[in-house]
Parts: sequence; C-alpha cells; structure tokens
Amino acid sequence: MIENIKELLKAHKGLKREVYLDIENSSITPKEVVDAMLPYFNQRAYGNPTLTHKPGWEAFETVMKSSQKIAAFLGCKILEEVNFTPGETEANNLALMGAAIPMKGKGKKIVISEIEPLSVLHIADLLNKNGFTILKIPIDGEGFISLEKLEEAVDKETIIVSLSAVNHEIGTIQPVKEASEIVKDRNSETVFHVDASDAYGKIPFNVQDLNVDLATISSYKILGPRGIGALYVKEGVSVERILEGQIGTQKLWPGVENTPLIVGFAKASELAFQNFEENVSHMQRLRDRLIDGIIGKTSDVMLNGPKGDKRAPDNVNISFLRCEGEALTIELSLNGVYVSSGSACTRRLLQPSHVLVAIGRKFVEAHGSILMKVTRYHTEEDVDYALEVISKAVERIRGIVGSMEVK
Amino acid sequence: MSRAPLPYNRKILELFRNPKNLGKMADATVTAVAGNPSCGDMIIFYLKISDEDVIKKASFESYGCAANIATSSIVTEMIRGMKLEDAWKISWKSVVEAVGGLPSVKFHCGILAVGALKRAIRAYYKNKGVSPKWLSKEQTFEEKQALEEEELAEILTKRMKAEEQK
Repeated sequence: MIENIKELLKAHKGLKREVYLDIENSSITPKEVVDAMLPYFNQRAYGNPTLTHKPGWEAFETVMKSSQKIAAFLGCKILEEVNFTPGETEANNLALMGAAIPMKGKGKKIVISEIEPLSVLHIADLLNKNGFTILKIPIDGEGFISLEKLEEAVDKETIIVSLSAVNHEIGTIQPVKEASEIVKDRNSETVFHVDASDAYGKIPFNVQDLNVDLATISSYKILGPRGIGALYVKEGVSVERILEGQIGTQKLWPGVENTPLIVGFAKASELAFQNFEENVSHMQRLRDRLIDGIIGKTSDVMLNGPKGDKRAPDNVNISFLRCEGEALTIELSLNGVYVSSGSACTRRLLQPSHVLVAIGRKFVEAHGSILMKVTRYHTEEDVDYALEVISKAVERIRGIVGSMEVK
Repeated sequence: MSRAPLPYNRKILELFRNPKNLGKMADATVTAVAGNPSCGDMIIFYLKISDEDVIKKASFESYGCAANIATSSIVTEMIRGMKLEDAWKISWKSVVEAVGGLPSVKFHCGILAVGALKRAIRAYYKNKGVSPKWLSKEQTFEEKQALEEEELAEILTKRMKAEEQK
C-alpha cells in the first residue's frame, strides 16, 4: 500500500502550480501561526499548566491568555466559557451528549437539522439508541432550515436544539438569531447549541448577540493547527464531561492541555479577525470568481447552496453532471488542484453526501459534486489556475463517459 | 471500520490517465451495459465479433471512479482476439490481478466489468439464436452482482422520491 502511494506521489512531479482548496477536510497552517507555536514546544511554557513550577505557571498563563483572546472574538462574558477540546468532532459530541445527560429528567427530545455534520448526526443516533428522541428539521433547496418547523418541533419536552450556523458543505448561513429567539420563546430551558466551525472568523458571530448556550469552533477551519477546537458554554448552562481522567485547566476535557496548539488556535483567530472585513470581501471575491468562472466555462453544472450574502464567503460547491467525483478529484490532483467530492466513492460509503441529498440533489448530481473553500491567502492567479485545470479535467472525464446516458 | 486514501497502483493510474480502447464502436456486433449512475458506476462494452465467435475488437465507455475506468479498459485488452468460450471463463479475480490488485472496497469495479462482458456474450448468442453448451443457463456470480447493484440503486432512488413526496 505504501509502495502504491509512493507511485501516486511520483505521478505529481513537475506540477507548475499547486492550489489547495480542501479546507473542509484539513488546512495548510500559515507560517505566522507555525512561528507563533514553535517556542511553546521546547522553549517556554512546556510544562503542565496545573503544576507548581515555572514551566507550569508559564503554560497556565499562556492557556489563559489564549482563552481570553478567543473569548473576546466570540463575545463571551468570561474566559471560562471557552473550553478547549481536540476539535470540532469532540466539541459537538461533548455538546450533545454532555448537555443531554444533565437534562435527562426534563425531557427526551433533541432537535437538529437534516444537514448537520456527521459529528452531530452520529452522536444524535447514539443518543437515540439510548432513549432520546431525535427530530430533524427539514431544509429547503438552498439548505435553509424551516423556522416554522422549528417552532412546531420545540416543546416542553425539548432539551437540546443543535444547528450549524453555516453549513459545512454548501455554505448556507442559517438564521441563527431567529432560530434562537424561537427556541427560547418556546422553551426557555432548552439548550441551544450552534456548530459555528464554518462561521467563526468568516461571518459575524457573537454568542451574546445571538443568545446561544453552546457553540462549537474549530481551529483548522480558520487555518489554525489541527487537533484543537473549543466548545463555548454559557455561564450557568450545565454540561457534563463525556470523558473522565485527570482534570486540568479545562473542566470539560480531561488530560494534559496541548499548549502549542492552543497558542496556534489563538494566533489563527487573531489573524482571521485582524482586517476581518477585508479578509471576508477578499474571500467573497475569489469565491464568486471561482463560481462564475466554472458556470461560465463548463456546461451542465449546478451550484449547490445559495448565492451572494447568504452563502459563506469561502464556500464553493458545484455539481458537474456526467462526471463522477472521485475520478475528477484524482484528475484535478494530478494537475495540482486539491478538492474533495460528495461522491459516494470518495466518501467510501454507499450513499453520496447527505447534505446534497437533503437539498434535493439526485444521486448522480451528488456523485459529481466538488467542494472547495478559498482563504485570504489565495490569489486571483490561484483561482484562474484552478478554473483552467477544472475545465480541462471535467472535459477529459466526460470524454470517458462518451455517449453513455447518465441519469 | 477505518478509512484510508485509495492506494491505486501504477497500472491503474496509467489506465486511468490513458485508457486503452476508449470510445463508442460504430460497427459493434454487440453492446452491453452494467451498473447504474445512481451508484456512481456504469460501463458499456462494445464488441466486434467474427463469424467464428472470436472477439476482433473491444472498446468501452465508463461513468465511474478510477478503478472502474481501469478495470473496464483492462478487460477490453484481455479479451481482444479471444474466442468467446475463453472470454466467458474470465473471472473478476483475474481482472483484479491483471490491474495489479485493487483495494477491497473497489472489487465491485472488477465484478461489474466482468458482469458486463458476460452480458455481452449472452446477448450475442441470443441474437444469433444459438446456445453453446458452455454458456451456463444460470446467471454467473458477476452478472448477479451487477444486477444486485442496479436494483439497489433503484431502491435507493425510489426511497428518495418517497421522502420528497412526504
């Protein structure tokens, strides 16, 4: 297997340009972030932040300062509302499982949407197997939740509502504020959780303005290092640990804090919020250049998700008809453009992306989908190169389909 | 269950990049389709067969992943110049071997390619109105698997339509 991978990598030699657009699945850590992290591996603050020695106190100070920065960007009241976890997956699991346990006596109903990430859907399945009822709010063709259905769904029995602020695949910006008002109006005790992994650092997101109880954020989605994320827990809302062990500075996640990653997450947050408007409009410009370029150059394509201001500034998701996604991702990779697909083949599952199916895409449309996210580091030249490569790749793959009818 | 990147080997990569015998054949004696686009893979074989039941030319078109393209292409290479009776004996395992091995999640690509080949051979004799002794009445493993995949796609599509109407 390793031998084959070696050959695959060899096939990429001599690329004239490389454009990484698969921010959904992992990201390149910018030099500023790496530089900020490096001293914390071996020069300072390498101690355990709960211990009584200099490297420990340094680590404590560092973790607290980082929490403070992130707390400020989120609009927290106090820094203790930021709870570091190893990432979005863990924060979402903690939010649902950890909030459901203390609420058990108050009701059994958990409300989510059909297009949540798997870390919400799968933990919801597990809770369902353990006696909780899961209700999924339907969405429309652009991925927006139905607020009427949300209102109908939330009742005295509802203990948690969990919604993504921005859909991770199709970039739909949900009406979180309206949703929060509805939820609190229907049942003031319901815990309102928002997965803000694709919102934080990309659209205005303030936990107090939006009146949310729990919010997940992820480091790599804002170009911080992988392996770190956080769950915002509003002061007074009870969440229980879902893992047990030695408790450190983080009351909801046992184990030794990873100070360098926490520093990297804080640094990435600073960079995302520095010149926030400028960063956002840069991403929007590149996003639209990519979308318009593909639609203009290639026939039989469909944009997945909404257009304009209701779409996350970085998200591009397009279905290429008569073009299977796995073949397309490989062809693009061989030409230096790195993306992911909602095809069943790349996901190694029987069915294509549940998000695309939920917005009404046929299987063949979902199999031909490509997901890309732009960052403030991408340039117009990157986008133009990607456009050129995509257009040629689609043409070649469609050439293999030839005269077959793909319906 | 865990996931790993698909470790396609050099041969598959080569056949994916430069597929042999690609394209529709205008003067094909017989054609056969297997798979369903809803499942993400479908192939068609075009065979030119002589009066002596020898495959003179074979070509394919494919909607699917790199493994699907590579296995279809290799089958068209394997059967050229073969008597139909010998082509009938090709198993999916020998196709997997011919492409230098496949990740197990991609075995179905080899199965689908052989399923389509067997369908083509069956169709040829049906058109001709003869049934040689070696041609089993019963569906082979690969034909059954192809059918199963196609039926599964239909079930899933129907289920989706039913959801929409709710």
